[in-house]
Order: sequence, then C-alpha cells, then structure tokens
Amino acid sequence: MRRVRTGALAIALAGAGVIAPAADYAHLPGGEFTSVLPQGATPGTTAVARVAPFELRATPVTRTEFRAFLALHPEWRRGRAPAVFADAAYLVDGPAADDGPDVADGRPVTEVSWFAAQAFCDSEGGRLPTWLEWEFAAAADETRADARGDPAWRQRILSWYAQPATAAPRDVGGPPDVHGVRDLHGLVWEWVDDFNALFVAGDSRNQGDPDTLRFCGAGAISMADRDNYAVLMRVALLSSLSAPDTLRTLGFRCVRPATGEPR
Amino acid sequence: MTSLTRRDALGLFACAALAGAARAAVPVPGDSVYQLHLRLVDQDGHPFDWGSTRGAPVLASMFYTSCEMVCPLIFESIRRTVDAFDKPVRDKVRVVMVSFDPQRDTVPVLKETAARHHCDARWSLVRGTEADARRIAALLGIQYRRLASGEFNHSSVISLLDAEGRIVRRTTLVGDVDPALVAAAKSV
Repeated sequence: MRRVRTGALAIALAGAGVIAPAADYAHLPGGEFTSVLPQGATPGTTAVARVAPFELRATPVTRTEFRAFLALHPEWRRGRAPAVFADAAYLVDGPAADDGPDVADGRPVTEVSWFAAQAFCDSEGGRLPTWLEWEFAAAADETRADARGDPAWRQRILSWYAQPATAAPRDVGGPPDVHGVRDLHGLVWEWVDDFNALFVAGDSRNQGDPDTLRFCGAGAISMADRDNYAVLMRVALLSSLSAPDTLRTLGFRCVRPATGEPR
Repeated sequence: MTSLTRRDALGLFACAALAGAARAAVPVPGDSVYQLHLRLVDQDGHPFDWGSTRGAPVLASMFYTSCEMVCPLIFESIRRTVDAFDKPVRDKVRVVMVSFDPQRDTVPVLKETAARHHCDARWSLVRGTEADARRIAALLGIQYRRLASGEFNHSSVISLLDAEGRIVRRTTLVGDVDPALVAAAKSV
C-alpha cells in the first residue's frame, strides 16, 4: 500500500494560522484502461484510454472535514450558498460551521452539490476526479488493480446496491484496496468533475445514431461494457444529476496531480 | 422645448451613471448564472467577464468550431430567433456562445467563426479554460464530452436569460425558431 501525506499543504496552512488535518491521499499509478464508456473515435466503439498517474483521497470527505471547510468559507454555508450552486436540500442535515466544537463525525458528508464539492477540493489544492480516474480507482480490489473481470467481485459490489438506502451511512474507513483507497464501493455515491459528460442515449443498446440533432457530433454514447452493472449504475445516477443537486447518499472525494514517483 | 442645455445633459448623464452604479450595487440574485465569476476572452481577444451582459436579455449556448453537424444549426437558430424578437428586445439582446473546445477555438478561430455565421456586435463568442467550460455547461444544463477523435458529443440547449442572468426559458429545438422562446422574450 502506498500512501502519500499532504505534508506541504499542511505546512502552508499552518503557516497561515489555519489548523487543517492533513488529508490522506493514495497514489494511483494510472496506465491503460478500458472504460465502460466507449472512448473510440466513433460512437459505441471501445478504445483503451490512458490514465495519467494521480493521487486520490483515501476516503470520501467526512462531515468533520466539511465543517472545517465551512468555517473558513462561510459563503458555502447552508443558507448562504446561492440557489444556482446548491439546491434547497443542501446540507439540510448538517454539518453546520457552528456545530459543536470538534465533535468528530467520520461519516461521509452528503447533501453537497457539485459546485460545493468543487469548492472544497479547490480549497485543499485538488479537484474532483474525472469519471475515468474514478472508474480506474474503483476497478481495484484488495489484491488487484483491475478486478472487474471477476464475477465474484461484481457480485460483491452489486450486493451493496441491493441494500435499501434507509440506513445512515457508516463512518468512512472500510478495508483498503490494493492502492490504499477505501470506500469506493459500499458507502456513498460520489461526484465526478465531468458528471455532465456521461449522458447516454435513452436506449443505449441501440448502436444506431438515434437523435443527431439533440446530441451533436456523434449521438449519445452507447455503453461499451453492458455487463458491468455496478459501474453502469454509477453512470446512470451521475448522468441524471444537475450541478446544484444534492442527495442524502451522494458525497465526494478529491484528486490532485501525482507529486512524482510513488514512495 | 428646443434642445437640451449643457446642464440638462450633464444631469441626464449623472442619472444614467447613478442608475448603472445602483445596478452594480444590487447583489446578483441567488438563482442567477452570474453568481459564477469567470474571466473569458471574446472573438476580438478582449477580456469578457461572465456576467458582464447583466442588464440585457441574453441568449446563451455552447459550441465548438470544428463541429460540422449541429453547431452551424445552433448559430442559425439563434440568429433567426433574435430576428423574431420584438424590436425593443431585438435591439438590446446579447448572444453569448461559449466554446467547449478552448484548445482549438483560439481567438482567431472564434473571429473567423463569428464572421462565417454573420455574427454582429450583439454576439460574443468566448473561450476560457476547460474547467470554465465545464462550469458554464453545468449552469446551463448542457452535457458534453470529448471523444478520442477530437470531436465532441454534446446536447444542444439554447437558454434565454433575463437581465439578472436567471434562466427564464430553455429550448432544445434546433434548426428552427422555438415560438415559446420568442414568447418568453416578451417579458424579459
């Protein structure tokens, strides 16, 4: 397991008189990757995509971490963030910046909009992952960087989706995968930077080009790997969202560029 | 009355300036796309602040120049929509077209595109960073994705913004004038 700490950022923040616990980022090597989304030159065709090395937050952002962000960025508090950036349910169940001091809450923050998630990642020198980065990370299991071909792996993930979402999410910190990343499956949905790039045709089984006027260039995308239901559900959910939307089961984590060779 | 005295003119000028200042002092509404602050560049290479069209009704959409299929139709649709507006709206409307291909849509390319589509002074063809384009698309509810070929898939949406930057009407009708958009423009 390779792990990189945000030493430089923590020092910079400490120098500015701000106490911020260093977020835990894991190094992902990148490489050639076959996405469920077709990357080919023509619609519906698959091509291997190249993913550059990157660092990914080992866990989704927690409520404690988001509360610290709100204290520094009051413009993102519930009631302050403009409607165009966050819907009416934004942070409706907290956290609030003035919640009790230092009550640790390790549950993933949810009910955050895409704009708010972006602002958080921006505040720690990162950004939201692209779909391809997220999918690359989420292909791993405890021992393999790409476990997607394993029916047992698929079944394990699908069993989470089969559970009703009534129970509140547990704290972050599930078992680490081969990269040291936790909770990519089984906890919450997660925003990606290009969530509005994942649109699919109403009937993506149809390889024909259905609606060239509504979707310029090449029609809507068709799925390249129709058996990977767990990942396809992510795509379906994300592609149904608008940027100000919030959900009780939707959180996020950040990425930042790889700082060099993995340690 | 014959003509304005110099003092009258100065007074009018002061009133106009005050009105402008008053507008600038009023906060942008929370549901306005002008909550986003971005500095873009237009087809003349001039800085273009997202939100600088506040005060005028706006037709906003996105495009990329190398698009051969729908993008020319979007320009055509907007041009015909503007022509269909009542004269007062037609005179003050602004058109803002944001490229989601800033790599290839450089200022000279934007300039040439504007000329090819007969865009007059009401039109601004603008470019920013890829992150800027992603944010504007999120605000306007436009989906797009770059293909390996360099082409883009994108949804075609034209938004009518009121003077405060609130989306009052959106249309996905391309290739023709959407009468609902023209009707909505009467009240902006």
